[in-house]
Amino acid sequence: MSAVMSENRAFLLQLRKYYGIYTGGFIAFVIALAIAEQMGMSRQWIGYWFLFATIALYAVIGIMSRTVDAAEYYVAGRRVPAFFNGMATGADWMSAASFIGMAGTLYLSGFDGLSFVMGWTGGYVLVALFLAPYLRKFGQFTIPDFLGARYGGNIVRSIGIFAAILCSFTYVVAQIYGVGIITSRFTGLEFGVGVFVGLGGILVCSFLGGMRAVTWTQVAQYIILIIAYLTPVVWLGIKHTGIPVPQIAYGAVLQKVAQLEKKITDDPKEKESRALAKAAADEAKAAPKDIAKATAARKELLDKKLAEAKASNQPPHVIKSIEDAIGYWPSDTTKAAGFFAGRANLAANAAPPRAHAEPFPGKDEAARDAARRNFLGIVFCMMFGTAALPHILMRYYTTPSVRQARTSVFWSLFFIFLLYFTAPCLAVLAKYDVYSNLVGSRYSDLPAWAAAWRLVDPTLLTITDLNFDGIVQLAEIAIGGDIIVLATPEIAGLPYVVSGLVAAGGLAAALSTADGLLLTIANALGHDLYYKMIAPTAPTARRVAVSKALLLIVAIVAAWVTSYKPGNILFLVGAAFSLAASAFFPALVLGVFWKRANKWGAICGMVAGLGICMYYMSVTYPFFRDLLGVTQPIASYQWWNMNAISAGVFGVPVGLLTIWIVSLLTPAPERQVQELVDHVRYPVLSGDIETRGT
Amino acid sequence: MQLTDKHREYWHKNLVITAILMVVWFIATFVEGWYARELNSVTFLGFPLGFYMSAQGSLIIYVVIIFIYARYMNNLDKVYGVHEGDDE
Repeated sequence: MSAVMSENRAFLLQLRKYYGIYTGGFIAFVIALAIAEQMGMSRQWIGYWFLFATIALYAVIGIMSRTVDAAEYYVAGRRVPAFFNGMATGADWMSAASFIGMAGTLYLSGFDGLSFVMGWTGGYVLVALFLAPYLRKFGQFTIPDFLGARYGGNIVRSIGIFAAILCSFTYVVAQIYGVGIITSRFTGLEFGVGVFVGLGGILVCSFLGGMRAVTWTQVAQYIILIIAYLTPVVWLGIKHTGIPVPQIAYGAVLQKVAQLEKKITDDPKEKESRALAKAAADEAKAAPKDIAKATAARKELLDKKLAEAKASNQPPHVIKSIEDAIGYWPSDTTKAAGFFAGRANLAANAAPPRAHAEPFPGKDEAARDAARRNFLGIVFCMMFGTAALPHILMRYYTTPSVRQARTSVFWSLFFIFLLYFTAPCLAVLAKYDVYSNLVGSRYSDLPAWAAAWRLVDPTLLTITDLNFDGIVQLAEIAIGGDIIVLATPEIAGLPYVVSGLVAAGGLAAALSTADGLLLTIANALGHDLYYKMIAPTAPTARRVAVSKALLLIVAIVAAWVTSYKPGNILFLVGAAFSLAASAFFPALVLGVFWKRANKWGAICGMVAGLGICMYYMSVTYPFFRDLLGVTQPIASYQWWNMNAISAGVFGVPVGLLTIWIVSLLTPAPERQVQELVDHVRYPVLSGDIETRGT
Repeated sequence: MQLTDKHREYWHKNLVITAILMVVWFIATFVEGWYARELNSVTFLGFPLGFYMSAQGSLIIYVVIIFIYARYMNNLDKVYGVHEGDDE
């Protein structure tokens, strides 16, 4: 025993040394590129360097960690120290949606977006208290493993496999989509090519070394992603708050934002632009029917306005702004379609800006109450989903002991917290910058970042002079959420190398999550379905080989689905959480905490929870309604005005209740099951049974 | 495998600390969320309190809850002799 311990200790010291050197090396790499930029390296090359150097790095770690041993492949040999497992979980957890999307969501929806911040952190309390230590003691390879052992029989295991694949696949598509977007934006590669470059990065790692390679790559990816996220925010924080820890000091900035909101609401020029916003958006929405005609109409209007402005002796900046608008309006129809898509987003600007810190705004008391219920509903689903997503729970199989599994949840949440308490701060700082610097500036003299980004992608940033006064009003700006993180380095006035760093961070976030998810799916098929149900006598080498082959197939299918660009990523991610919560949480937790829970209870509970969740989504979410031909209004199906994303609010209690009732109606589980429950409850028990997978 | 009274006591203590921490979690999450509008009339560190809690305060509470649980249980393991040896 003590030999194992001193071995673990030596391993820990070695890891600290390696990752210390690695972090230093990465910072040196960024500095070297910054110097190269000063000496004239082009932006495209900086993008390539970040993309290929980081993917090559992950590949090297993958190759170094290659393995054919089952315990190494499935649970990284159970030697990942708590601290490093925390980092790996952080990277596993924080996806493209967290890294790129979160701050944007907070920028656009203010307080109400905080439901995701709370849900995606508070869920770890449930992981720590109800699951991680017990799963670690159980010590096999997958979540269906636990369900199969605890409830017995292949039916529970099969439902587990189905649910694990359903939620992980929904989620992985969103990640691969993120990879495609980032690589294409920062290197100019085609979206499809970007997807496959990223996929190569994912595969070379998880394919060769399974959980072992994924773990050590995820630690490396966490370090990159947190450096990338914090660097520009700290800079922007110094600019607006004067101290390098803006997270504690942005209250003052939030107050200034509130004052600006009031000023903008009452400003007569803003009112004028707000009145015009809806018409402009409607016109843009109608444009795709005949782009050429809409473009011609637009040009004609601008020409007319220019003539008017000249005739009435408007000041030069007004004339110049109209001339610029004429100059930059594209003649090619694909580009013009993009411009109209951006202008269509002006629709929201007909209303005055919402108060950033105000919870649950609404037109009357009923609407505010519904907003509050939905806020808490999302918090609930994200929390219980966190404590049920197989790719996260799996990570706690990899620590050396129960003790370290507990500590590891602490480190996980700590590392996640670093990003999640920064995102609301970034949203406020960016909003202050937009409200104070961009609003009120002249079209002929826009801040550099705004001038650059409006040309990159109009759906991310459209600024258009609605009342032709040559001055930017807030109602004339339509912002896509993703720009907040992507443009922060430029808003803060940092060199392009930091933008490249942010892209590398976003890529690390998307790749690390995709790694974990693909592994979960492949293991559900290779380990649970093939080995446990079809070929229990298969030798280890073949089991691992089958898992690897399946991984490849799943990855290709996922990339193929992604190439269809399925819409609304945030809904897909949210749906995965609700589904996971409804299917897994009740069966897993009652499995540990209630000895009387039995096989039929679990079967009925999982089916009922998942069923009610899927039913609710299919009748209240437009995409599924269209698919199934549901025609009655959404409101007639809704319970307590809950939105489709929060379907888990019904799934979880129904699952818990069903397990309880059905278990009591059917015979108690056998003695062996009772022994298994005692086994997972105590880290060490004399005369204990052995459940660890090999 | 026979459970002694000591084992049952260990499990009971685990349930008690779990229940206490869950109550704290529930207040920091759902009670706080329900009354966020009312809390916003208080100012804390320059923030409206409801906003501060949802953006930062509750998150810190979650981190602390897990820290306390891990410490308490890792210690309890030793007191009740169900610990796994002295690795960190």
